[in-house]
Amino acid sequence: MKHRIKFLLIVAAAIQLSCGGKEEKKDDSIKIGGAKQEVKKETSPTAAATDEVPASERITLDNKGVGEVKDLPLDPVINQEMVARGAELFKTNCTACHKIDKRFIGPSPTGITKRRSPEWIMNMILDPQLMVAEDRCAKDLLVEFNGAAMANQNLTFDQARDILEYFRTLE
Amino acid sequence: MNKSKYYLGAIAALALLFVGCQQGANNSGKGALSSSAAEKVYVAPGEQDEYYAFLSGGYSGNLTVYGLPSGRMFKEIPVFSQFPTSGYGYSEETKPMLNTSFGFIPWDDAHHPDISQTNGELDGRWIFINGNNTPRIARISLSTFETEEIIEIPNSAGNHSSSFITENTEYVVAGTRFSVPVPQRDMPINEYKSNFKGALSFLSVDPEHGHMDLKFQLLMPGFNYDLSHPGRGKSHGWFFFTTYNTEEANSLMEVNSSQNDKDFIAAINWKMIEEYVNNGGGTKMPTNYAHNIYDEATHTGTTTMKKEVLTVDPLDVPGAVFFLPTPKSPHGCDVDPSGQYIIGNGKLSADLTVHSFDKMIAAINDKKFDGEAYGIPILKFEDVLAGTVKSGGLGPLHTEFDGKGNAYTTFFISSEVVKWELETWEVIDRKPTYYSVGHLMIPGGNSRKPFGKYVVAMNKITKDRYLPTGPEMEHSAQIYDISGEKMELIYDFPTHGEPHYAAGCPAELLAANSKKIYRLDENKHPYAVPNPADARVERKGNEVHIYMSTIRSHFTPDNIEGVKVGDKVYFHITNHEQDFDVPHGFSMIGQNTSELLIMPGQTKTSIWEPKKVGVWPFYCTDFCSALHQEMQGYVRVSPASSNIELSWSLGDD
Repeated sequence: MKHRIKFLLIVAAAIQLSCGGKEEKKDDSIKIGGAKQEVKKETSPTAAATDEVPASERITLDNKGVGEVKDLPLDPVINQEMVARGAELFKTNCTACHKIDKRFIGPSPTGITKRRSPEWIMNMILDPQLMVAEDRCAKDLLVEFNGAAMANQNLTFDQARDILEYFRTLE
Repeated sequence: MNKSKYYLGAIAALALLFVGCQQGANNSGKGALSSSAAEKVYVAPGEQDEYYAFLSGGYSGNLTVYGLPSGRMFKEIPVFSQFPTSGYGYSEETKPMLNTSFGFIPWDDAHHPDISQTNGELDGRWIFINGNNTPRIARISLSTFETEEIIEIPNSAGNHSSSFITENTEYVVAGTRFSVPVPQRDMPINEYKSNFKGALSFLSVDPEHGHMDLKFQLLMPGFNYDLSHPGRGKSHGWFFFTTYNTEEANSLMEVNSSQNDKDFIAAINWKMIEEYVNNGGGTKMPTNYAHNIYDEATHTGTTTMKKEVLTVDPLDVPGAVFFLPTPKSPHGCDVDPSGQYIIGNGKLSADLTVHSFDKMIAAINDKKFDGEAYGIPILKFEDVLAGTVKSGGLGPLHTEFDGKGNAYTTFFISSEVVKWELETWEVIDRKPTYYSVGHLMIPGGNSRKPFGKYVVAMNKITKDRYLPTGPEMEHSAQIYDISGEKMELIYDFPTHGEPHYAAGCPAELLAANSKKIYRLDENKHPYAVPNPADARVERKGNEVHIYMSTIRSHFTPDNIEGVKVGDKVYFHITNHEQDFDVPHGFSMIGQNTSELLIMPGQTKTSIWEPKKVGVWPFYCTDFCSALHQEMQGYVRVSPASSNIELSWSLGDD
């Protein structure tokens, strides 16, 4: 019903030939669109609801996640070549959902290395499906972000590693 | 198949048999048979088939992919027909694939698939198929399972003795069924005789990319060239075509084309003609035909109109073309795995005629001719005959081979598959089909190395085989286990369209090479959006180009304003997914075309000409994630006179 009224308003606005139409920008379909029952069923809020801190703000540096990356010590010096490659890969493969300056479809990667271990980040990039199935934090993030499952972009270990290096520069 | 599951199945079958025995002795035999047949075709959930089978769709214009022995259909590959499911033939990128010298043709009659070969064995790179009605040959990639190339065949009509390949895929061959004036001209139909020509086209295949090139066209007498197969092994370098209507009748063909007791198999030494052509032989004839190539990097097809064809008069290459008399309007023309025997399936006869390649060569060397037809030497029937299979069936059409010295022939009129032995010509077994079988297929059954475990019989008539669905029904097919001495009918399954032949191969030949995604960093489409920051809308006069990207589950941008009635709006959509089996769909309300289905890493373009002022939604048609229902957007359409500027956004950006 609400939608229908809004739709009528938009149509009315179009008929009146009002230029610009900026007022319609408030209709953030991502925020208000996800209230259908079937979606709720698939992403029933469980653990996250009971946690006092949202998953995106939790610090879980001891958790290495689930996946092929078990132990990944980082060189204290950031490798700028890797950063450059990582930034480019991030732009192509990730920016549809992740923005460095704000929450979008998924969380912003800015400051992620202060919240998550390198292994967790790598595992999340390389096998998000497994992570969401078996890692508590990944599961909670899925719920917090409205059931928008992270896409597996089929990156290699080295590509994911470059992106991680780029994340280290996002303070 | 998993062994333990197999044993469990066997135990279950035994238990059933036991129960059957208790219920009545009459049922026990049938119960045992049917349960063992069930085991043979049962592919348990999560397990995969042993063979791929590619069945032509006939009048569907497409190619269907099945698994054997389960008979499950995996995919329909659009080839000659528009396919709204994926947008093939509707999207801007794929429309050129259906271009011909007659303009855009949305359909054809697809007949004979043939898998590429190396050294006479299936190599699994490409599959070729002919369009019968508006003569064309298509090449389909067996890594993407997409049509990559379609070439039109000039001077041809009813492109039926096609698309068979030589044993190193040097050529794909396309022969005309209907002879026509060459070049086409305005002339009385009843002057057909000696004026019409039958063009047999040899298209070379580039060994690396598979691109086809119409190398030469042999202009034969005006008979009907029905089917063909290549020589292999010792007969490599030759191609064999069955003919009928050697009477050259042009009306009431049903009667008038069946007057001669014998028609011919035309034996063509293509290597000799190739050499003649390579040395400058042949005559260039002006013509016009389309050559359409789809580029995997740009995800786009382009059409080139070709203006010339090299024709060859068979009389100019003495020793290259001979006629082998073959009884009763032969249909199928099949060559055994050794290349020694050429089978003429005389469709108005009960018998099969088998010619010997060695005898043919000896007769040619001894110049033992029995007259000539339009200057082409006719060999003596008795001199080339290897044997006759006295089958007792009626209406033999096609023969395939199991690689163990046996041949299997379909009999249309008596509805059966007959197994017979090469060299003894003795019939070993016969089994009914349901009903009126046309083609049959053994994976690799027309190559040097058949995989003789199953034969698939493709029937023309279904009648009572399935639950009735009104007057029109899908055609039935049957699978027989041919691993033993006797054939065993093990399964019955519906097909799509009307299969006229099929090609099969072991699953492992293709499965590992099957492409999972298109890589985004290899996408060279001129309208691709390599990253979402490049998403934008541009106006060029009344054309509006929307550079859009998608990923689960939104379009970038999803709100667009400044479009006007009378605009031509192009949605160029790049799917940013890089995960296997995550396509996104696109559809726009009121669009006079089909949806698009865009594979991961691919760019496709859909055109929309908005006719009404308003705010119009578009959405993703492929259920892509839990938020699929949210994957939509709006385009604001203003009156043609409006001066609203183009703008686009996603969220607050």
